[in-house]
Amino acid sequence: MAATRAAFTLWRRLAALLGSLLGGLLAVGPARAADLPEDTAEGLLHVYTGGGVTAYGPAFLVRKSVADRFSLTGSYYLDAVSNASIDVVTTASKYKETRHEFALAGDYVYRDSRITLGGSTSHEPDYTANRFSLDISQEVFGGMTTVILGFTRGDDKVGKKDSPEFSDSARHWQYRLGVSQILTPRWIMSVNAEALSDDGYLGSPYRAARVFGAAVPERNPRTRSARALMLRVKGDLGSRDAFSASYRYYYDTWEIKGHTLELGYSRYFQETWLADAYLRYYTQDKALFYSDNAQSETTYVSRNRQLSTFNTAAVGAKVSWLWRKVPGKYEIKLNGAYEFVHFKFKDFTDLRTGDKYAHSASILQLYVTGTF
Amino acid sequence: MRSQARTGPAALLALGAALLLGGCSSFSVPTVEPWVKPYERERLADPIMQFSRSALPERHVGHVREVREGSRGATGVQGGGCGCN
Repeated sequence: MAATRAAFTLWRRLAALLGSLLGGLLAVGPARAADLPEDTAEGLLHVYTGGGVTAYGPAFLVRKSVADRFSLTGSYYLDAVSNASIDVVTTASKYKETRHEFALAGDYVYRDSRITLGGSTSHEPDYTANRFSLDISQEVFGGMTTVILGFTRGDDKVGKKDSPEFSDSARHWQYRLGVSQILTPRWIMSVNAEALSDDGYLGSPYRAARVFGAAVPERNPRTRSARALMLRVKGDLGSRDAFSASYRYYYDTWEIKGHTLELGYSRYFQETWLADAYLRYYTQDKALFYSDNAQSETTYVSRNRQLSTFNTAAVGAKVSWLWRKVPGKYEIKLNGAYEFVHFKFKDFTDLRTGDKYAHSASILQLYVTGTF
Repeated sequence: MRSQARTGPAALLALGAALLLGGCSSFSVPTVEPWVKPYERERLADPIMQFSRSALPERHVGHVREVREGSRGATGVQGGGCGCN
């Protein structure tokens, strides 16, 4: 009886403590105004090359405030893909195609809140994807904490080149919750969680699976639900340098479990140079229906190596140079970034050699950023 | 014995409560206030402390990874399209 009373008292005090914390989050500190994102212009030239695939193109983004509380962002992104990946060379022939993506977003700030409404449309010859998103961020606890809630809805149309009889669709839902927290005058952290749900045609009409050594069209489930959780921390080390670390855990109903770990270091050189270096490691387990060469007939079967057991290890660097700065007017930076990444597949065989497949890739970015 | 087994967790809970709240004399509820004042956030406002500095390069790398890895989401980067055949 005494123990029950103690437990009840504990619950009351814990509830009071939680109430105090929430009350503090919502009420403590003077009312602050959330900031609109800076007026920005960005121009990017990007190149990915590796595993027989080359994808490159330009991208542009402009963000401009049109009133005290409202700003508009427009962007264009082009991917010119030349694909001779292992899937393509072992089951089809090399091809080229171009993807265009247009996006438009509006930001509105009111007191401590920022609301972002956005839409994008992406077109390639056999695939069209449309996205609509809404994000709300709210500063609380005297500006030390920012809470973000977001939602994205997507609709895709899937086609197949030279096969007008093939037509299918996919729908996507994403729900986000994030908290960014100032820990000390030098350290900040964030926690982001996302629930994703997909429905419809979730594979590729070109890809083949192998059953008893014979190539057959892949058969994927038409639904997929996933959860992802990411923790990030960044700290000022005191010598005009900073350390960052992040970890993401992912799992879905196809039984893929993924772990991503990234460590980074940033440092200023003189007044105008900022350099970043990072290491990234990713590992995942295969999907339940993935098979390199299935030895039984099953409802679903895939040999998509994105669903296999593999890991990637990457090392990257970025350099930013402040080219022009007129305080209060504008600032222009020239930037370069390079990442070298190695993919190592554990249950995907290179049919040309009989060995487990592995390849390396490079990601190069050259970009100009201006704020005004 | 059964009675002891049942009250065990409750006693542990009470002990935990004492440890958790014991620092507060007479169990008063502490008030939590922002401990990093706005004027102490100069270092955090520097670009070196931003998780993401430029939208386009982040979106590009996010897309490259999303079409090659099984994991997605929780990065704050919006993807689009396919490009994954």
